[in-house]
Amino acid sequence: MASSSSDEEFRQWIPFRQRPEWSDVKPLPQDDGPSPVVPIAYKDSFVETMDYFRALYHGDERSFRALSLTSEAIQLNPGNYTVWHFRRLILEALEVDLQNELDFTEAVARDTCRHHRRWIAEKLGTIATSKELEFTRKILSLDAKHYHAWSHRQWVLQTLGGWDDELSYCDELLEEDIFNNSAWNQRYFVITNSPLHGGLKAMRTSEVSYTVKAVIAYPENESSWRYLRGLYKDDNHSWVNDAQVSSACLKVLSAKNNYVFALSTLLDLICHGFQPNQEFRDIVDALGTPDSDRQGSDLAKSICSVLERVDPIRANYWRWRRSKLSQAV
Amino acid sequence: MGELAAEKHVEYILSVEKKKDSFESVVMEHLRMNGAYWGLTTLDLLGKLHAVDVDQIVSWIIKCQHDSGGFGGNIGHDPHVLYTLSAVQVLALFDKLDVLDIEKVSTYVAGLQNEDGSFSGDMWGEIDTRFSYIAICCLSLLHRLDKINVENAVSYIVSCKNLDGGFGCMPGGESHAGQIFCCVGALAITGALHHIDKDLLGWWLCERQVKSGGLNGRPEKLPDVCYSWWVLSSLIMIDRVHWINKEKLVKYILDCQDLDNGGISDRPDDAVDVYHTYFGVAGLSLLEYTGLKAIDPAYALPVDVVNRIFIGRQSKKES
Repeated sequence: MASSSSDEEFRQWIPFRQRPEWSDVKPLPQDDGPSPVVPIAYKDSFVETMDYFRALYHGDERSFRALSLTSEAIQLNPGNYTVWHFRRLILEALEVDLQNELDFTEAVARDTCRHHRRWIAEKLGTIATSKELEFTRKILSLDAKHYHAWSHRQWVLQTLGGWDDELSYCDELLEEDIFNNSAWNQRYFVITNSPLHGGLKAMRTSEVSYTVKAVIAYPENESSWRYLRGLYKDDNHSWVNDAQVSSACLKVLSAKNNYVFALSTLLDLICHGFQPNQEFRDIVDALGTPDSDRQGSDLAKSICSVLERVDPIRANYWRWRRSKLSQAV
Repeated sequence: MGELAAEKHVEYILSVEKKKDSFESVVMEHLRMNGAYWGLTTLDLLGKLHAVDVDQIVSWIIKCQHDSGGFGGNIGHDPHVLYTLSAVQVLALFDKLDVLDIEKVSTYVAGLQNEDGSFSGDMWGEIDTRFSYIAICCLSLLHRLDKINVENAVSYIVSCKNLDGGFGCMPGGESHAGQIFCCVGALAITGALHHIDKDLLGWWLCERQVKSGGLNGRPEKLPDVCYSWWVLSSLIMIDRVHWINKEKLVKYILDCQDLDNGGISDRPDDAVDVYHTYFGVAGLSLLEYTGLKAIDPAYALPVDVVNRIFIGRQSKKES
């Protein structure tokens, strides 16, 4: 995406054929074959830059002018793997200070250069850690759900470390947008992988409190409910018996607003052995229409009926859940 | 409900070269191989593959092959597994897989497997479950799955399974419909779907459907036509597609068409492109929309093409 500043650069751009330092190079045009399948019309600057790139690439010239040519080519089209690949060969041949290279890639920050960054970071080792974390933070400040930035950030943490502030970074992002699924995922990643925290079980109590506040404040938030469930990984017994969980469901259901996830969580709890008291039964009854939803004394079946009605786009799913209840022991 | 403007979409794909100076055109150069796959598969689904010159396309594809056996996005470009799969898929469409030195291509792809079973995209080592799918799909089409360690490949994919039943790009990566398609597809092809909790994943996937009927790729994201493929094909492979509202999804896809100029966009009233045109049509095919060829959810090729490869003639058995 050309910014206005790079538009200016294009206006001032000097064709390679007019640059004296390139006079010895014979540009190689693109060979698209006789009738291009998806022929493409290009800007002249792009055509010429790539023609000169091709010439150096085929001549395998790993010089400083080749490096600056790849800079230009990358800025015209950062998605081109071949140019990045050749750039790495040049960087190795010239033994360039790779910290400068990090700055370059940041200036041209795009999805496709993430493994270029990774290649550099691996070579630099832990001196690259804060730069890499800062780099991903910048991208995430523009798009807090940027998938590749998150995967790069996770790679940095696992490979180079730097976990110290990660949980509070998640706090920050969730404060900005409690619905950020990537931030919830990262929170889970930190809880389960960081050497600085005690692991999932040790963190469970504080994390449950944190998450319960979130589900009560925004009960329509799929991510927070899933996170809550995830805190009890491989420990359904604790999940079923944690009063915080069932009472969170009760609170949301009592408010009678955005209660789909609260209902489905209650359904899951019952399926795993939770014994609902009369309060739960009354609340679910209050949500139902008098005749249609009540399924005798079976609370789980009533819940499924309510869900079929209030989440109609997934009616088939809730109907299936209800049918499975009949098969349960 | 509206209709699929099939003629318009065919015209759009065939005439895409007439677009001058579009941003899409400029950046497409290095991934023309993918573009060819999207455009040509769409034409085949619409029954119009005969409208293109097979020989010209095949000879261009061959020129994109690197000494290593892999294919680049265009002539003179470095090989990557992304483009290698697209090349194989396009040749499969035309029943021209025999132009390949199968040993050479499969050696390239198999060589990208790492010790932990994961796959890199190219010699520079980037690992992503997308590349696991690509390698497995490609080698399966070439009947050369025996060249990789399938067990390790499967166990790496399983290590990327998250608590919500979904899959990310690597262990711990956020569940994302595109990554899920890749993992489910790879497990389907290798006969390893038993590793998936189909009920749990099926629920996660059907929760992608939003009020408008469209599908998103992760919680709280906007719907996008491409998820009509990623989510839907995954649901079909795990036999849970009845959990979404098909009618509403069909309507959403049809609303994303440009009825004047042809093509399909990510959401209604946005600009169209070949990528979303393919995914919209492929999604409609999975939804059994009339007038479209059936598409295989794992191989992302028309069913008759897949049958030809696996049933049509005496071929080596999969290991």
